Amino acid sequence: MKKAKVFRPTAFAFPYIAVTVVFVIVPLLLVTLYAFRGNDGSFTIENFNYIFSQAAYRNSLFKTVGIALLATVLCLLVSYPVAYVLASHPFNKMAVLALLFVIPTWMNFVLRIVALKSVFNWMGLKPSFWTGIIGLVYDFLPYMLLPIYTVLSNLDKSYVEASKDLGSNDFLTFWKVTFPLSIPGIISGISMVFMPIFSAYAVTGLLADAGTTVIGRGIEQLFSQPSGYGAGSALSFVLLLLVFIVMFLSSFITGKTNKTLTGGKKR
Amino acid sequence: MKDKKILSLVIRWLILIVVLIAIYLPIALIILYSFSEVRDLGGEYGSFSFGLYAKLFQNKELMTATMNTLIIGLVSAFLATILGSVTAIGIHYMTKMRKVVDTASQITVVNAEIVTAMGFYLLFIFLRDVVHLSFDLGLGWLIIAHTVITTPYVILSVSPRLKQLNPNLLEASMDLGATPIRSLVTVMLPQLFGSMISGFALAFTLSLDDFVVTSINGGKTYTISTFVYNHIRRSGVLPEVRSLSTIIFLFVLIAMIVVNIVKNKNLKKEK
Repeated sequence: MKKAKVFRPTAFAFPYIAVTVVFVIVPLLLVTLYAFRGNDGSFTIENFNYIFSQAAYRNSLFKTVGIALLATVLCLLVSYPVAYVLASHPFNKMAVLALLFVIPTWMNFVLRIVALKSVFNWMGLKPSFWTGIIGLVYDFLPYMLLPIYTVLSNLDKSYVEASKDLGSNDFLTFWKVTFPLSIPGIISGISMVFMPIFSAYAVTGLLADAGTTVIGRGIEQLFSQPSGYGAGSALSFVLLLLVFIVMFLSSFITGKTNKTLTGGKKR
Repeated sequence: MKDKKILSLVIRWLILIVVLIAIYLPIALIILYSFSEVRDLGGEYGSFSFGLYAKLFQNKELMTATMNTLIIGLVSAFLATILGSVTAIGIHYMTKMRKVVDTASQITVVNAEIVTAMGFYLLFIFLRDVVHLSFDLGLGWLIIAHTVITTPYVILSVSPRLKQLNPNLLEASMDLGATPIRSLVTVMLPQLFGSMISGFALAFTLSLDDFVVTSINGGKTYTISTFVYNHIRRSGVLPEVRSLSTIIFLFVLIAMIVVNIVKNKNLKKEK
């Protein structure tokens, strides 16, 4: 009998691996290199000292964390009820309704922010901290909404029914059953909103006052001349660490939720 | 009991309607005012006119930016679709390496965009000053950057479809004497086509939407995002942006409707 050769075209992934090494890994190594390199080419943490001693960069970093937290929480507060309603009967039968909330993301976001800006002008709202925050919420809302909606609409209805059969009222059922089960959706929504806000300086640049900006703007300005490459890379490196922390936390919380769920099943 | 149900329905409709109004009001006003030549929204509307549309097509800089956006979007989405689909097939057959490649493909997805943008910029500096390649920031570099950023999304779109495929079909084709490549092209590819199209659409809209990477790596090449941002920051308003927004929004709307009609037809066929 002829031995059948198993067809395994793993080599198909090799071009992409090469692309990833050159255009993703090497750039990150370059950021790290510049972050820890002094003017004379030696290893130094001078760039980090610089960005944390300069009030402008240090404050901007903390302010960005605050802005991102605030906008993320507001996004969550608006999108959770919407996602909950969309996933509930009879709205879950109207697929077009959920689509309506996503369509604007397919349009260019700068154009949407400019549209919002002209409405603010009309209303006589001057650029301020809060117009910036509203802009961020406006821009990122669908990215929070979608994962929560997906989790809620795929939720096993028998959990909710069981809770009600056992005598819980609507609120208790929501608090003890639906909400905990939707945490993975919330976490994935948060990770699609929180970190991206650090780079969303186009939104604050168009809508907020001059004092309200995110750290992405500071990094961009540092890179506008070669003397700023070191400090800019150090700031980028700090963001990189932050990305890792956020990823670690979100996978930790999601893992914990899943464990609680499967643990409950086994018993 | 019945009253309570009706009340709950009313409240839930209200929540949806209020948020939808908040989302669509700015867009609706922009569309309305794209047919007026007034400088700012809320000013004297004047008579209905296509003046801003004529102005849009006369604005050379904005037209160039729009062309750049389309060229970068279409070319990079095309490249990303090819690269992403081929890669997804490779990853599908991997065993040990799978997790590594999967994780590596997620780096740009989870990373802060400003860091990715600066990485590209430093790579450009490195290639120019250390490797001595003579090229400049601009269209070509942006196409490469956008392809790299959007390819992971094509992989994410094609991979789930690959897992659903019946592996027996591919084997049957090879048992019947087709070469592996021919089997891939004639058996597997047609089944992947739908997910490749949605991957392409996703890559294209992501490219269209991009600001940070484009702004930092574009040099003197502007797209709609970067041109409009810079212009509005410098001089406040640009009325013809309203007609551009209207055209793009209507285009997106029509595309969505067509996609949904095709989807429903396919669903009915399956039934």
